[in-house]
Amino acid sequence: MRKFRTYSEVDHSTGSELLEQVLEQRARLAKRLASVGTVVAVASGKGGVGKSAVTANLASCLRSRGLRVGAVDGDLNGPSLARMLGVRGPLLEGDGDGVIPPADAAGISVISMELLQEEDAPLRWRDPGSDTFIWQSTMETTALREFLGDVAWGDLDVLLIDVPPGTDKISRLLELIPDLPAVLVVTTPSEMARSVVARSLRLLREADVGTVGLVANMSGYWCPDCDRIQPLFPGEGAQRLSEATGVPIWAEIPFHPSFSLETDRGHPFVTGHPEGPIAEAFTALAERLEGIGSTP
Amino acid sequence: MKFLCIPCDEVMDFAERQIPGDGTMAAVFACGGCGREMAMLTNPMETQMVSSLGVKVGGREVPAQALEGVRSGLDGGHEEAFVEAPPTPGPVAWSPEAIERLQNVPSFVRGMVKRIYTDYARERGIGTLTPEVMDTARSDLGLEGM
Ligand SMILES: Nc1ncnc2c1ncn2[C@@H]1O[C@H](COP(=O)(O)OP(=O)(O)OP(=O)(O)O)[C@@H](O)[C@H]1O
Ligand SMILES: [Mg+2]
Ligand SMILES: [Zn+2]
Repeated sequence: MRKFRTYSEVDHSTGSELLEQVLEQRARLAKRLASVGTVVAVASGKGGVGKSAVTANLASCLRSRGLRVGAVDGDLNGPSLARMLGVRGPLLEGDGDGVIPPADAAGISVISMELLQEEDAPLRWRDPGSDTFIWQSTMETTALREFLGDVAWGDLDVLLIDVPPGTDKISRLLELIPDLPAVLVVTTPSEMARSVVARSLRLLREADVGTVGLVANMSGYWCPDCDRIQPLFPGEGAQRLSEATGVPIWAEIPFHPSFSLETDRGHPFVTGHPEGPIAEAFTALAERLEGIGSTP
Repeated sequence: MKFLCIPCDEVMDFAERQIPGDGTMAAVFACGGCGREMAMLTNPMETQMVSSLGVKVGGREVPAQALEGVRSGLDGGHEEAFVEAPPTPGPVAWSPEAIERLQNVPSFVRGMVKRIYTDYARERGIGTLTPEVMDTARSDLGLEGM
């Protein structure tokens, strides 16, 4: 076999600099996030447990407490955050190095695929001839990186990221933000949710994420007629998870029919109902998050 | 990615990039020792893989634009997703013909494309952007489909 120098033995720049460019992208992202107090991901692993509704209501709650809040809809295939916050486009192209995101009535800035796509258009990337999985996921990572790094967020106290279902999506976010300060993990009392969410919690522990809190959604039924919280699903999934992993439950949010009706129509429930068990749960979450900012 | 000229034991330097317009790409590397050249040819998939990372073989001439991956990669972008902020007076003016030509660019990427051309002209001290300048910029910057 002929002998010649290997890549690592060659100390010479070719002028191609792919790695340098990737590092530059990282630097751009880091610089953008440097003006954000705390980046908080709202994840689960499990679909349909209320991640987006929690993100929208938490954003509204934080905003009502006077914080400057931004929200990233990380769900590229099933975006919903802009709609839940009642935000429509357009994005503004200024002279600066980012696009200016639209905001809701209260001033929460949002970026979402919903703002960029034709209504009802499925997410499709111009494909290079063959529709491969690698291609999709590369484009999705690119899009998420750009949502975080190319949007002129300005100075924010909190940037919330709605992370789509699938534990791999949590990993993908951690690749972009390795030092992610906090993750809220949304779960429901069901057994199904428990086993999926357990995986997510393990992943977050292994990634050494500083602060992780559980949000037990749909914990009981807040009856609009009798105004009492009644049992909804059997199962103690959230408690068992918390005991098994040591991750604290930061909020228990009951099911309320209007929560869904109002949030899904662009009026996060907590803005219209600043009192009661749901507002209290979100206030508790907000206080936890505010605490992260002040205790290093 | 590096190319080593085995006879000279020298790493070849990036020399030139060509984008024929069919989705493929050629990147030429040359050996400083013996002058031998080689072209790396990539198929559309390979070309896109590299560009989807937002990186360019041979280095970037154009600084990264906001949301450029999404805007160049998304199929079915909303026509009204972006609006331009009112222009601030700058050293580069756009001729009416150039503005007309820019109107042919889908609005989803128009603002980004406009900025790339404006930066190109400013960096070269060109006072007015005309369709001719746009043509030169396109080939200089290797902007496919812009
Ligand atoms: N506590 C609750 N009370 C009433 N409705 C709720 C509650 N939590 C969530 N919902 C509703 O359940 C539906 C699913 O919630 P949401 O879309 O937020 O879930 P998700 O986890 O983001 O789903 P996906 O995985 O598809 O992104 C929504 O209509 C939402 O308004
Ligand atoms: Mg969702
Ligand atoms: Zn040689």
